[in-house]
Amino acid sequence: MELLEIKNLSLRFGGIIALTALDMTVREGELHAVIGPNGAGKTSLFNCISGVYHPTLGEILLRGENISHLKPNEIAEKGIARTFQNIELFANMSVIDNLMLGCHTHMTSGILSCSLFFGKALRQEEESRLQVERIIDFLEIEKVRKKAVGSLPYGIQKRVEFGRALAMKPKILLLDEPVAGMNVEETEDIARFVLDIKEEMGITIIMVEHDMGVVMDIADTVTVLDFGSKIGEGSPLEVQSNPKVIAAYLGQ
Amino acid sequence: MRIFQTIWGKLWLILFCLALLSLPLWADPYIIYMVNISGIAVIAAIGLNILTGLTGQISLGHAAFVAIGAYTSAILASKLNTPFWLTIPAGGIVAAFFGILLGFPCLRLKGLYLAMATMSFGVVVEYGITHWDSLTMGVRGISVPAPTIFGYTLGDPSKLFYVTIFFVTILTLGAKNLARTRIGRAFVAIRDRDVAAEVIGINLTKYKVMAFAISSFYGGVAGGLYSYSTTYLHPENFTLLLSIEYIAMIIIGGLGSILGSIFGAVFLTAMPDIIKGFADFMGRQFVFLHGRYDEEWNIAAFGLLIMIFLIVEPTGLNGIWTRIKTSFKNWPFTY
Repeated sequence: MELLEIKNLSLRFGGIIALTALDMTVREGELHAVIGPNGAGKTSLFNCISGVYHPTLGEILLRGENISHLKPNEIAEKGIARTFQNIELFANMSVIDNLMLGCHTHMTSGILSCSLFFGKALRQEEESRLQVERIIDFLEIEKVRKKAVGSLPYGIQKRVEFGRALAMKPKILLLDEPVAGMNVEETEDIARFVLDIKEEMGITIIMVEHDMGVVMDIADTVTVLDFGSKIGEGSPLEVQSNPKVIAAYLGQ
Repeated sequence: MRIFQTIWGKLWLILFCLALLSLPLWADPYIIYMVNISGIAVIAAIGLNILTGLTGQISLGHAAFVAIGAYTSAILASKLNTPFWLTIPAGGIVAAFFGILLGFPCLRLKGLYLAMATMSFGVVVEYGITHWDSLTMGVRGISVPAPTIFGYTLGDPSKLFYVTIFFVTILTLGAKNLARTRIGRAFVAIRDRDVAAEVIGINLTKYKVMAFAISSFYGGVAGGLYSYSTTYLHPENFTLLLSIEYIAMIIIGGLGSILGSIFGAVFLTAMPDIIKGFADFMGRQFVFLHGRYDEEWNIAAFGLLIMIFLIVEPTGLNGIWTRIKTSFKNWPFTY
């Protein structure tokens, strides 16, 4: 079943064309990779889906509902979470607080309840904290849970960012270069987490990645972008043998 | 009570409360007056710290909200004979309303631009108070009747003390709870990275305006208490200098920390007396310094203190306090 459908999506900044007439379909439960050379428009696509940019033309349909005009926080409430290429964590806060912020949309307590720390606020704080602890267990970051995020190494920060996205209990998780800048061991860890998220939690994943080894190993479907338009789509094997894709990557 | 986690913490808290509540029985009236003024400054400083320290929205117009709160309760009390337990919250609510009005146009402003916008708001309010004679009595000033409850007058500082302490306690606990729950975290998220905050589902418009509203509510309540404490309001009490004093309080106390706001407010309120005492002492020691003390020194000292704290101790008095606490806790180890 189609969970996310992108129709005729175009994004322009003045004379610069970031995306042209892009069509893409993401089925429920799959791991969909988006690849392409630098400047192909992968991150622009993510920014459109998560509402940071609003597309010039076209539609983004989440279960048939157009979300392309919504604000980022409204899209987050619809169940789309993302991580960023350059880590965007709240560096002065602890790991727990960062993850608790991920639960923000699932909490509803208002000013009065919060300032009294009573009733709904207390109950929701406890529930969210329990959920956060489960995610911390899952990502194996128990030891650093009370440390300020800014003081942690890069690989751990990436995991915390995963955790914050998972705390949002998303339907779709957008991962922007999850293994960029990591060594082989860290890459394997992250790949394992990504597969676990897909299989155990049943979350649909869209992933931008340059590490072809990871993409070919774990992706179900691959979409290839170049200069803002789609040049190939299919299973990893099909994409590898697509002459257009080879041309784009090898520059022939 | 769970804010204070250890037995020692609770014990010190109880001792502190006992000492504070029995203060009017044994302390000098001047000290009680100073505690009242400090309490009022604490409320205003916490309000500003919620907006500037937690949410990262610099405001140079906090004195305007204090003024709005003070004049609201003064006008309600003197013209309509409203009891104080209504006028003080009313001061807060009217100030919060103006805070929301200011919050909306300031949504897209950051840093220096926001500072300029809030500062102009302060100037506008000061102008409004000075020139709307029929309501505020303008430069003639407005006198505030002593608060009464059940026919019992709370005019002198030792009685007003309990009113002040009541509001300080309620509002401090409220701010502390706010800071450690969902809303406080959302504020800090906006301060640290607003794009990421929006993507994880925080409505920037709502929370920025909410920060303005809460901050100005605190300012307004502080103003209401101030009007009863001084019994006479004049537009010159609420100039830009007062806003800068509040900024100084939260920088010296510690940005984004509730305890820091308390430290900073008490410290800066007591500072003129400390300087005066020091000047007297120096005057007695060295003849050529005798009688050289000048009120203007306080302003110079504010500036100097802010500079020293920004350079040497950016986390403020709260940072010093935390460090002392940790070193005691870890003793005899270094970490």
